[in-house]
Amino acid sequence: MVAEKTPPAPPPERAPVTDWKTDYEIFDAGYIKDPFPVWDEIRSSECPVAHSDRHLGSWMPTRYEDLFAIAQDIQHFSSRDVLVAPFGVEQGYEPEEGQEFAEVAAPPITADPPLHTWTRKLLLPPFSMKSVAKWEQLTRDHCNDLIDAFIEKGECDGAIEYAQQIPPYVIAAMLGVEKGMVPTFTEWVREVLEQGFANPEAAAQARIQMLTFLWGHIQDRRANPGDDLISYLAQAEVDGAPIPDQHILGTGFLIVVAGIDTTWSSIGSALWHLAQNPADRQHIIDHPEMVNTAIEELLRAYSPVTMARYVAEDVDYKGCPMKEGERVVMNFPAANRDPEKFPDADKVVIDRAKNPHIAFGAGIHRCAGSNLARMEMRVSVQEFLRRIPDFELADPENVTWAGGQVRGPRSMRVKFPAGGKA
Amino acid sequence: MKIQVIEEKCQGHNRCFVVAPDLFELDDYGYAHATNGGQVPPGEEEKARLAIENCPENAIIVIEE
Repeated sequence: MVAEKTPPAPPPERAPVTDWKTDYEIFDAGYIKDPFPVWDEIRSSECPVAHSDRHLGSWMPTRYEDLFAIAQDIQHFSSRDVLVAPFGVEQGYEPEEGQEFAEVAAPPITADPPLHTWTRKLLLPPFSMKSVAKWEQLTRDHCNDLIDAFIEKGECDGAIEYAQQIPPYVIAAMLGVEKGMVPTFTEWVREVLEQGFANPEAAAQARIQMLTFLWGHIQDRRANPGDDLISYLAQAEVDGAPIPDQHILGTGFLIVVAGIDTTWSSIGSALWHLAQNPADRQHIIDHPEMVNTAIEELLRAYSPVTMARYVAEDVDYKGCPMKEGERVVMNFPAANRDPEKFPDADKVVIDRAKNPHIAFGAGIHRCAGSNLARMEMRVSVQEFLRRIPDFELADPENVTWAGGQVRGPRSMRVKFPAGGKA
Repeated sequence: MKIQVIEEKCQGHNRCFVVAPDLFELDDYGYAHATNGGQVPPGEEEKARLAIENCPENAIIVIEE
């Protein structure tokens, strides 16, 4: 399935950041590992909306109030480009002319109204709380299979062997594609998003492979419909007409790309926190009825996703002269650590009752998969704690993180008293 | 106490339903609506306030204390 690969490019040489308020670099390794002090510095400065000329220029709000306001202002801030940086500019990469699937977008995430309105309406029912509940047992069983594979050893990589294995498995099941595709999904998603900014050629290849794969499944479901998500899209009608293949392809691409590394990042960050905070582990174990409250707090404190908006027309936002075509880095994770909105914003308060965080965004682009993400997060934390109530980071200094668009641990050794298989 | 979900503001985060499942219902798209015409049964006021405080869109309002 996977064709030959371009080897991953080394990270591009970049000038060190001297002032984060005027020259931020969202791909800086130190920032990815520990972005919180930078957000606090920008947020408490006289200009809490930072600017940087890097990556063709962007603005970065850090206060809850600003992120919320910009997310609601769809007239000035379009979703036609939601990547936090342009692809391949640093490498001088240009897609080949007439490249396959070049015109495929990913609605509704990349759409503004009116296209956004019906494409989102189409996607909401299969991702409703009720629909997502149907996948809970499969998720729980899979978590236990994963735990069985390492529990006797007394150690595992919590990111690679656990967190990263859960979302692609659930998405593959929902799409009705073979389970054997899970490692390939994982690889594609990492190449398209996580490593795409550094290696645009490999990202373009992975994208074409993914779209080719989905295209085949769409054709198959048109002929042999089942009860999976691709069949649902293939059978749906809008204004009495079937939905064009091209559109299903874009939405299918969105489901795979957005439904995998986002959620594995939030599961990984939750385990990273719980490994270091026995009292919070104990709280979740002792108060199973409060698990949702705990999950919301972990989502707030370690929000994985940063999106972007495209300035659709010149606008002066609180004294920031934003020009058409510029990018706004939608730093929802920084908003969720704003002390003006959340008391003790920099602390995990595991039983925090008032928690209107915007980890899933706000406004018309609220993450369509939020119910699925929450279910996977809750079940994966519940099962890990049930089987392995006592665990710690084996090598805290060597946890590696990905960041930029999606932040979370990518390798994380965890040790615990060995247990028995279920 | 009487509450209302402002339809234009609700984006289907579903936070209200999770904290107060008796006070809200979700439609097929995940948008929330107040049950019982928004009338909060005595003793449930605290839950109603929790739902209001957790809505990221400020979509729930008290129309009668």
